[in-house]
Amino acid sequence: MDNLYNYILTIADNCLILGQRLGELCGHGPSLETDIAVTNISLDLIGQTRSYYQYAAEIEGKGRTEDDIAFLRLEKEYKNCLLVEQPNEHFGYVIGRQYLWDTYHYLFLSELQGSADEILAAIAKKAIKEVSYHKRFSGDWVKRLGDGTNESRGKMQEAICDLWPYVDELFDMTGVGTDLIENRVAVDLSALKEAYYEQVFELLSEATLDVPERKYFIYGGKKGVHSEHLGYLLTDLQYMQRAYPNMEW
Amino acid sequence: MSENEVKNLEDIFEARIARDEKIEPKDWMPEKYRKTHIRQISQHAHSEIVGMLPEGNWITRAPSLRRKAALLAKVQDEAGHGLYLYSACETLGISREELYDQLHTGKAKYSSIFNYPTLTWADMGAIGWLVDGAAIINQVPLCNTSYGPYARAMVRVCKEESFHQRQGFESLLKLCKGTPAQKEMAQDALNRWWWPSLMMFGPTDDESTHTEQSMKWKLKRKTNDELRQQFVDQTVPQAEILGINIPDPDLKWNAERKHYDFGEINWDEFWQVVKGHGPCNKKRIKDRVGAWERGAWVRDAALAYSDKKELGEQTESKIAS
Amino acid sequence: MKKTWPLWEVFVRSKNGLEHRHFGSLRAADAEMALENARDVYTRRMEGVSIWVVESKNITASNPENNGELFEPAQDKVYRHPTFYKLPDELKHM
Repeated sequence: MDNLYNYILTIADNCLILGQRLGELCGHGPSLETDIAVTNISLDLIGQTRSYYQYAAEIEGKGRTEDDIAFLRLEKEYKNCLLVEQPNEHFGYVIGRQYLWDTYHYLFLSELQGSADEILAAIAKKAIKEVSYHKRFSGDWVKRLGDGTNESRGKMQEAICDLWPYVDELFDMTGVGTDLIENRVAVDLSALKEAYYEQVFELLSEATLDVPERKYFIYGGKKGVHSEHLGYLLTDLQYMQRAYPNMEW
Repeated sequence: MSENEVKNLEDIFEARIARDEKIEPKDWMPEKYRKTHIRQISQHAHSEIVGMLPEGNWITRAPSLRRKAALLAKVQDEAGHGLYLYSACETLGISREELYDQLHTGKAKYSSIFNYPTLTWADMGAIGWLVDGAAIINQVPLCNTSYGPYARAMVRVCKEESFHQRQGFESLLKLCKGTPAQKEMAQDALNRWWWPSLMMFGPTDDESTHTEQSMKWKLKRKTNDELRQQFVDQTVPQAEILGINIPDPDLKWNAERKHYDFGEINWDEFWQVVKGHGPCNKKRIKDRVGAWERGAWVRDAALAYSDKKELGEQTESKIAS
Repeated sequence: MKKTWPLWEVFVRSKNGLEHRHFGSLRAADAEMALENARDVYTRRMEGVSIWVVESKNITASNPENNGELFEPAQDKVYRHPTFYKLPDELKHM
């Protein structure tokens, strides 16, 4: 059961951390219309987070709630990948991070729908409709920014290059117990890799962007070894629960 | 057009409004009607989007996932309301960019309440309960206002707004039924937001300049003081349910008037904040200007991209023919 | 090049069987963005099952100044309405 609990966290923490990142933007985007769209994505991700954590809490059986799991862990206990915790440097990063994540997320959920664990399969079936839209939104914007003005192409390229070192970690199997793969509960991430890079390369080329040449990738998030950015994000996220422990809101 | 002809048109126009007919964008309207509506609708739109900022402050720090989602959805609604209202305003022949420009340069006003800081989580509840409560009182009559696009936007806004007040009250109720620390947080929020909420109804009737004309055009149905009284009367019993105290020693039921009497508003503070000297005026505008300027390259890119696509389609169809 | 995102009008079918109704407008650089924005702005509360967007400049509107010639001539054509025809009360199903 520990393995399943941990596995759910490796999925859900991504949704939580990315949802939190996008929440920072509300009211600060390039247009009202994009503000509303980005908030919708954030809301979808937080909704998914809640479904996963509620299930994780139930499996754990210690009477903890979704909020205990979301807010009351140490930094190294968060198992999200490094990509999703990267900051909102500018809108190019927001879109780049989103597209690189959404493409993976869609492929991942397509497989998770067939999980032997019925609850995970059900969460995936609901989430994939949302993520299908996220991917369309972020993909369209990568094209607009990539193939827009010279300035926007430069900024979009910069973001893709800076985020690129974090993409390979998406396929890292850290935190996935072998029993979960044998029982067909977990998704075999290595099987997603080829389709992922094919789709990303195609879109980048359509967006007149170069695929970064860098072949050295950074890993760590899934092991709980994060970038400097996560600490600050958690400081905000956990503030109320830490300052006012054991209260209901 | 001669002066007489204009006068004649104006009479016909006023008669239409008096008959409860709606005015639509392409209809003839007096210049003063157009200007007054641009001013009021845009002020209203600006209030929505500036209002996103003090609440947006707490999205990342919301104490539970459920509260985080509710707050996000609420702030998102405000963006939507701003958008409905800017669109309504644009039908009067002014662009959203011009309206933003007026906001960014300080030419246009927005609701002063958003120049106060949000210091604790309880402020989210207090804003939902008091600020949205006051806004609803101000806004519901506008669903019947004379300018069609404004009235239609307001119908949509009011429908969505009712969730805002309920979520605010619910989250305060949770605090008031919680630990002493939580209840204290709720009381502190009420202490800080009560008077600014009363100021939301504007200056007293004898100081208010636009009332008569606004009544005729159905931009207003009741006076500032009447609305303020309505707000106090409906809010006092709600505070009793919460079990927190309204910070006004002069507040008491007047059996003769069948209304609550309440203390004097600090009008000096009101005018100072309106004039730009509130605790957050500068920060709010700086945030809006910053978002707009940082977004310029994004908006330009999207336009350049759509131009390229259109050009590409034209070339393709030429080759095909 | 256009200087600002053009205005679009949004029409939403709230459920199958009903017509698309004008919901409002928004700004978007292109048709895809207009559709996506319309979905996010106008159907957050399950208001729709289908969306149309059309760039506002492509709508030709009648001029209210011509309302007299356009719409008033229909006023005296009461014979177009069923109530114009007087029939005996005992007649059923008509």
